[in-house]
Amino acid sequence: MEFAQQLVNGLTLGSLYALIAVGYTVVYGIIQLINFAHGEIFMIGAFGALSTWLLFFDGQTSIWVLPVMIVGAVACSVLVAVLMERIAYRPLRKAPRLAPLITAIGISVFLQELVRIGYNDPTLFLSDWNPFGFPSAAQKVPFPQIDHISNEFWNVGGVIIQRSTVFTIGALLICAAGLFYFVSRTKTGRAMQAVSQDPDTARLMGINVDRIIVVAFVIGATLAAIAGVAQGLQVTNINFKMGFLAGLKAFTAAVLGGIGNVWGAVLGGLTLGLVEAMAVGFIPGTFGGSPWKDVWAFAILIIVLVFRPQGLLGAKVVDRA
Amino acid sequence: MSAMLEVKDLVVSYGKIKAVKGISFSVEQGEVVTLIGTNGAGKTTTLRTISGLLRPSSGSIMFDGRDLTKVPAHEIVQLGLAHSPEGRRIFPKMTVEENLMLGAFARHDKGIRDDLAAAFELFPILKERRSQPAGTFSGGEQQMLAMGRAMMSRPKMLMLDEPSMGLSPIMMKRIMTTVTTLQEQGTTILLVEQNAQAALKRATKGYVLEVGSIVLSGSGRELLDSDDVRKAYLGED
Repeated sequence: MEFAQQLVNGLTLGSLYALIAVGYTVVYGIIQLINFAHGEIFMIGAFGALSTWLLFFDGQTSIWVLPVMIVGAVACSVLVAVLMERIAYRPLRKAPRLAPLITAIGISVFLQELVRIGYNDPTLFLSDWNPFGFPSAAQKVPFPQIDHISNEFWNVGGVIIQRSTVFTIGALLICAAGLFYFVSRTKTGRAMQAVSQDPDTARLMGINVDRIIVVAFVIGATLAAIAGVAQGLQVTNINFKMGFLAGLKAFTAAVLGGIGNVWGAVLGGLTLGLVEAMAVGFIPGTFGGSPWKDVWAFAILIIVLVFRPQGLLGAKVVDRA
Repeated sequence: MSAMLEVKDLVVSYGKIKAVKGISFSVEQGEVVTLIGTNGAGKTTTLRTISGLLRPSSGSIMFDGRDLTKVPAHEIVQLGLAHSPEGRRIFPKMTVEENLMLGAFARHDKGIRDDLAAAFELFPILKERRSQPAGTFSGGEQQMLAMGRAMMSRPKMLMLDEPSMGLSPIMMKRIMTTVTTLQEQGTTILLVEQNAQAALKRATKGYVLEVGSIVLSGSGRELLDSDDVRKAYLGED
């Protein structure tokens, strides 16, 4: 019983990690950049959903609001991700690899602070001017409660399955199926594979590599935004820092699965979620329980980096000079 | 008649090192023109600059009336110039058919299926293995795939970089015969080769490159008969 419960918890957490991890891995697969600001794209997705609700549906709880919130979340995340690529990463395309990496960390902090300071004060200069009536994001902000999802659960033989859990796992399944179709069946998806295998030759085929890079950012942002909504529904509140730890965990998941490999990110996310849940449930004594779950998650990262740096599904990493 | 490709005073540098030092040459429609020379002579650099992967420090590259030095690499193939790169550079994790279809990436016309059939006709082995990942192929098969892929863009002109490199004599012959076939079908060809004999035999015109400069040019026949070429590239004394 305890095992089944932890299995459900682990799959839920894992689905969330997997949705975010895909964004790390698709971008890495194309431009070999660890986009450390991707966790913030997840956070902005959650705030995008909240903003959509506050602007158009304040007080509404019926379930048809949710799809619109998801659209709002995706729109915000995609917009920020595309701007980030255009303004910060593209000019550094030919710079040494450390430059975009440090830039990514900078953008991460920048976006966190922007939401913290600016969410209820969009002008930043005229203090106390709050045209939309948004709450301050400096502390936890309640996420909208949605009928039939929030605070409802099924009890399957003693195992509690939250409705939001089903939303999260379902979102991963749908996104993974969509991604599979996109990457392997569409022309743009094949172009993406080509660019990740050999960017110069891809250009000789007539593929606009800059465009494909934008596509990679858009895919990552879309899935992260959906994860942001899932997180909001599950935890019932959001904050400007939520992307930091979730981002690190998802990055761990991407490395665990084999960075650059989309299916590795999904597998790595689910594995990491399960490891965390099982560690909380079954490691006895001092090292057990939820206070230690992050320790186990990152212990996994170190073990993988030492013994199988290419990850579970990754091919041997050939570093391009 | 104006040339299909006209390269003038082309200079290409890697940092401070000039790899190509002001070369000029031209390719007329229907010709097979070959650039020969040893390793490091600047042959591959020249082709990569023509197809936009590298940018020249000076000089011009006119193709079909347009200056390619200002066109992004991914648009050059749409102008009718295909490049089968050195080392074949097929997409190893994709199938033969996916590789070929990527060759037609920039096209939107209805003739793609016909051209796929034509590529399979040119290289029947590719049809047999159309669903296999290309990375599992031998060098010769990969070369056929790379050439087939380049032809999928239905180019006016095809640039081949060292198509016979690392191949068995039989496969080398097969590839070189295909070059002639493609020419007969109306494709203009710019061929870079270390196998000077095979290249010059088929070439209407040849240029000899040495450390970034053209030191000799003439018809394929003339170069084959030239004492300098025989000594330096055909291993005769």
